[in-house]
Amino acid sequence: MAFSLSVNGKSMTADVDPAKPLLWVLREDLGVLGPKYGCGMAQCGACTVHIDGRPARSCITPVSSVGNAKVVTIEAMSADPVGQKVQAAWTDLDVAQCGYCQPGQIMSATALIKSKPQPTDADIDQAMNGNLCRCATYIRIRKAIKRASGQKEV
Amino acid sequence: MKVQASRRQFLISGAAAGGGLMIGLSMTTRGSAQTAAAAGKVNAYVTIAPDGAVTIMAKNPDMGQGIKTSLVMIIADELDADWSRVKAVQAPSDPATFGRQSSGGSRSIATEWMPMRQVGAAGRALLIAAAAKDWGVQPAECTTSKSVVYHRASNRSATYGALAAKAAALPAPAAGSIRLKEPKDFTIIGKPVAQLDAPAIGRGEPIFSIDTQVPGMLYAHYVKSPVWGSKCLSADLAAVKAVKGVKDAFIVEGKSTQMGGLLPGVAIVADSWWTAQQARAKLNAKWDIDPARLNSTAAFKAQASQCQASAPLRTERKDGDTAAALKQAGVKTVSASYAYPWLAHASLEPQTCTANVTGAKAELWVSTQNPDAARQLVARTLGLKGQDITVHVMRAGGAFGRKGQADPAVEAAWISQKVGAPVKLIASREDDMKFDFYRPAGFHTLKGAVDAQGNLTAWEDHFVTMAEGTAIANQASMSPAEFPAGFVPNFRYDLSTVQSVVPIGSLRAPRANALGFVIQSFIDELAHAGGQDPVAFRLKLLAAKKDGDYDAVRMAACVRKAAEMSGWGRKLPARHGLGTAFHYSHAGYVSEVIEVEVETDGTVAVKKVWAAVDVGRQIVNPSGAINQVEGSILDGISCALHQRITIDKGACVQGHFGDNPLMRISEAPEVEVAFILSDNPPTGLGEPGLPPALPALSNAIFAATGKRLRELPIDKAQLRA
Repeated sequence: MAFSLSVNGKSMTADVDPAKPLLWVLREDLGVLGPKYGCGMAQCGACTVHIDGRPARSCITPVSSVGNAKVVTIEAMSADPVGQKVQAAWTDLDVAQCGYCQPGQIMSATALIKSKPQPTDADIDQAMNGNLCRCATYIRIRKAIKRASGQKEV
Repeated sequence: MKVQASRRQFLISGAAAGGGLMIGLSMTTRGSAQTAAAAGKVNAYVTIAPDGAVTIMAKNPDMGQGIKTSLVMIIADELDADWSRVKAVQAPSDPATFGRQSSGGSRSIATEWMPMRQVGAAGRALLIAAAAKDWGVQPAECTTSKSVVYHRASNRSATYGALAAKAAALPAPAAGSIRLKEPKDFTIIGKPVAQLDAPAIGRGEPIFSIDTQVPGMLYAHYVKSPVWGSKCLSADLAAVKAVKGVKDAFIVEGKSTQMGGLLPGVAIVADSWWTAQQARAKLNAKWDIDPARLNSTAAFKAQASQCQASAPLRTERKDGDTAAALKQAGVKTVSASYAYPWLAHASLEPQTCTANVTGAKAELWVSTQNPDAARQLVARTLGLKGQDITVHVMRAGGAFGRKGQADPAVEAAWISQKVGAPVKLIASREDDMKFDFYRPAGFHTLKGAVDAQGNLTAWEDHFVTMAEGTAIANQASMSPAEFPAGFVPNFRYDLSTVQSVVPIGSLRAPRANALGFVIQSFIDELAHAGGQDPVAFRLKLLAAKKDGDYDAVRMAACVRKAAEMSGWGRKLPARHGLGTAFHYSHAGYVSEVIEVEVETDGTVAVKKVWAAVDVGRQIVNPSGAINQVEGSILDGISCALHQRITIDKGACVQGHFGDNPLMRISEAPEVEVAFILSDNPPTGLGEPGLPPALPALSNAIFAATGKRLRELPIDKAQLRA
């Protein structure tokens, strides 16, 4: 079945099974490789994208459910004013170890700051708890969110 | 191209493609270095372009430990390169040029520190030589800074870019003749640097193996027997092939019944990985399961109990007379049994490889710690020549020891050869967890005695571990020199084994990740039994060193430092506690203190961690180093709180992050790290921070609650108020 999707501001089409998760449509059919496969069960958050501005786990989002919603991935963050700040904080604080989960972390963090410009530690815990980091870079993730939102880091 | 030999190393220099200078260092024989040089195939570590751009190769794979950055920093500093013009490139897998290229055991810094400094210094010497020749001055009169050679006396200077072509025409200096910098003159080493891949990571660039795209590529699942190594008797291949998008499905006999070779299985190949996964539901595979392979956690535990109640298989070490010391009048004795579970690696990027086998040639894009192991296994299994296999070393999305194994490479290559197309194989999360090489479970029964003066006078450990036939399983052993051997006058280490066919491998800080918990928890028990402060007791024990290589002075400094940082001895609220532990592993000395609060429902909240770390006189990249220590401590706490693999009916029970959870951000404490710069050669940090975290946590829980937890993961039900 052919689906017309809005991905990073561009109209894209994919002729796929309606049940196929958005993650795999992005990665296999549209060549958008930033969102990562980690679990396929919405347990790890490596696949996080924004759907109409809200963070969503693309690994459990059937492509047929996306409709006209705007899908935004890590690839668009360099052109997003909040995304840029988050990316810059991530690099400045040398957050990543292996880096595999970080596109998902950055997408969740950007959505958090857009909805709460000055997130508290509790806000960060709540918004970021769905994003696993096997290297456990959580301490720097927390600092980077504080920095990107213009707050004191500890 | 010129080759200069020292006893074991060969510096190679010559013209780079496009003009400029390249410098290599070969660890192989003179003959092969010359052949490589003559063929123009040497992959230099350093290439300097005429415009001054410096490209530096990192020889070992990066899986998040930051070695791609650290190795490049070492070369760039000795080269005196302008850091802002340095580009790091992951070296291709080419052992003839680069020597050992595996990452593991926290060895890269320890083994590459001097050779990489020599590579950089050789480049600097050549550039100086080229400038000196031009100017008719002595090389010793020249200095360098940020990619420029200066002759101050005549007020002349030349950039590395301008000198590169001339330097390329000069003979390579002998490795032994190169003068290295004094550490005080380092300008890059020792300064915190963000990983050179950090911007690409932040932009979500396709830098991981799983992101590989090859024209005409298909996707594969490789379905294996839940009981490792069983052959497939039958499968409903027709039903699988009937699924739209499935291109092929076939049974693979396999070349090995052991994990590590090509296991028997069923390949499902489709135009989409998700489609292949959907088709799996129709496979209905039947396996030829050997009843002798039906291991279980419950049976291991029962057998271990039997062993512990019986005479040991053998005694590994016996100093003095523990039996007499335990009966000595006036001593306090403690007996306790400890156990730890099987563990999986659970890298977030699952096992994956893209392979393209065409005739006698193959190309692999693999998530690996050990590219040449992938090449060798594929060559052996497919009947190809190693030299005909190109291995692209991709950034690994976590590894933790798992990606030293080449199973995804051999599976992808086998399937690619069969279907005649490039194939991307990805293990599902469930497959990644169920077909791991696990950290082995183990059991210890300990007895110890403390005299009235607070001295540890006796230590007995009956260790029950996994064996495969007559051999102790890989990473399931304990050294007879393991602490506190050599520190206690009466010491006995007995060993018994239970038979296992569970695949076993290296997990971050192998052996130490388990032994540290047992040893440092029991030391804590003995300290409390003897009425001693846990820090003071440890320092007294470290002062009692009798023999062995263990540097007790270095460790004691770490113990004192971590205690001081934590405010050891301060008054804490109810159900809060401080625990300490140290452990030596992978050449690193580490002591940690953890503060916990144990909530009334038994939930353990880790408030803060302090770590004192001695890995020698130089921290190459303080930013990466602190990140490694923080991450390994949190990894250890995550293991202690949550992680466990259960074996039942010969298979791994867990298959996702719900039944084998990892720590999440809400549980992550602050970590404060101090490096003690002792006058010893620099060593690695991927592992040594982890082992003390587990016992420091269990010791803190004891301090907070009076409950001694001797089995991992921690059972919070036992900690309710």
